[in-house]
Amino acid sequence: MSHHKIEVKNLHFSYPDGHKAIKNMSFSIYHGESVGIIGANGAGKSTLLMLLMGVYFPDGGEVLVGDVRVTKKTLPMIRQRLGMVFQDPDDQLFMTTVYEDVAFGPRNYKLEEEDVERRVMQALEKVGIPHLKDRAPYKLSGGEKRSAAIASVLSMQPDVLIMDEPTSGLDPKSRRRVIDLLKSFEHTKIITSHDLDMVLETCKRIIVIKKGEIAADGTAVDILSNEDLLNSCGLELPLSLQNCPVCGASKGKFGYIHEKIVVDKEAKKELRLTRE
Amino acid sequence: MRLLDDLARKETFIHRIHPLIKLLTTVVYLTVVVSFERYEIIGLLPFIFYPILIFAFAELPVAPILKMILLIEPFIIGIGILNPLFDHSKVLFGGIAISKGWVTFLSILIKCSLTVTASILLIATTGMDRFAAALRMLKIPKIFVLQLLLTYRYISVLIEEVSRMIRAYSLRALGQKGLKWSAWGSFAGQILLRTFERAERVYQAMNLRGFTGEYYTGDIAKLSFQDLAYFAGWSLFFIIARIYNIPILIGSLFTGVMR
Repeated sequence: MSHHKIEVKNLHFSYPDGHKAIKNMSFSIYHGESVGIIGANGAGKSTLLMLLMGVYFPDGGEVLVGDVRVTKKTLPMIRQRLGMVFQDPDDQLFMTTVYEDVAFGPRNYKLEEEDVERRVMQALEKVGIPHLKDRAPYKLSGGEKRSAAIASVLSMQPDVLIMDEPTSGLDPKSRRRVIDLLKSFEHTKIITSHDLDMVLETCKRIIVIKKGEIAADGTAVDILSNEDLLNSCGLELPLSLQNCPVCGASKGKFGYIHEKIVVDKEAKKELRLTRE
Repeated sequence: MRLLDDLARKETFIHRIHPLIKLLTTVVYLTVVVSFERYEIIGLLPFIFYPILIFAFAELPVAPILKMILLIEPFIIGIGILNPLFDHSKVLFGGIAISKGWVTFLSILIKCSLTVTASILLIATTGMDRFAAALRMLKIPKIFVLQLLLTYRYISVLIEEVSRMIRAYSLRALGQKGLKWSAWGSFAGQILLRTFERAERVYQAMNLRGFTGEYYTGDIAKLSFQDLAYFAGWSLFFIIARIYNIPILIGSLFTGVMR
């Protein structure tokens, strides 16, 4: 299905203060792909997302969604297809209740109130928070806010989900819930993050950005295990691929290969812990 | 403020009344209360029935709302406190001569308390969303309504941001009370810049979800006979209480009987 394709061709962008954020970037993302965009702080990840969404317009090159170029004129159509979840849910949840917030998008497309309600409830159930629908957004916990923000985008039924740091600032259990949620989506996904373990779990393809340029583009397994590449781009190996934090043993197929032979009970316990 | 949101979600007879009707009733109430002369006190007393009945029927907790009203009192006192100094003419009240300044001061105090209470009760029984919808029905320009809603939503975020800044400041300014005056400028500037940035991001988020300047709320039920009766009933009471001085009428009724 070509109409879900996102194509970026020779993209250039500078901020008004002259800072060149994106330099000659080109890539294509096809239907059903899950792509992680990683890079150090200030590498241009968020800027790239803003260019995809048509919040900023490029100085050179173009962004194509389906076969349609992102311009002022095509924005309404583009934005119906691409749903973006912001990094800070407080930027995205601006209504007084969760329900109103999730209904904001569908109502803007002038759907009948019944359809709006159906979509809102579907989206809330998808992210598992239908019980929070009448709560005020600022009263929710970080994880709940994130789910609500995702629901507010899902209710627009986009073809492509774009997420900026979906797991930042979450506790481990909330993070796990968001990851499981992301894995359950069949949408085309574009995720930027510094949480490389999350990216490893949720994305099949990785694009590494360094100072506004593409440093690498390949499968998640290849790129995220390439220590030299990651180090040169201000990143490091995902924790799950790093050596044992206790004895420094490297990873094998079934876990850390510890060289120590366990003698006493105390050490046995410790070793078991790291093994799992 | 969060309290008001919680209260607005209750389900009572008062809460179910159409928001437009509640808004109009409140407007009539405010107009009538404010229209009293500056020396009038006794005529104002019947108007306390309105908040009392709303408190009772809407099952609102009295103490926290009174606290909110108390927060406003210093401003009201600030407005009226000079009256006793300027207005020295005397008036006899039950055989005791008091200056008219005190009478006007008391009158201002009562009027302000009543109007503030009525406004708080309106929000506490309607909720900001439905209140905004009522404003839209009155053809208030959408830009103002949206402004109001967003301000209401983001006050808490702004307060959090300011308190974070103050915490960061006080942790590095040991043994210093409050903000040094030299830091005020950069503080205000910081807050302004952060507000700009936040506003930009919120606006982008709105745009990405198809915002075109029109603000849609869900359907609100049509006006019913009950709603109209509520409005007519209160308006009638307010107008009668404005024209006739009810406490004096009742008083003269009693004294007439005793005579």
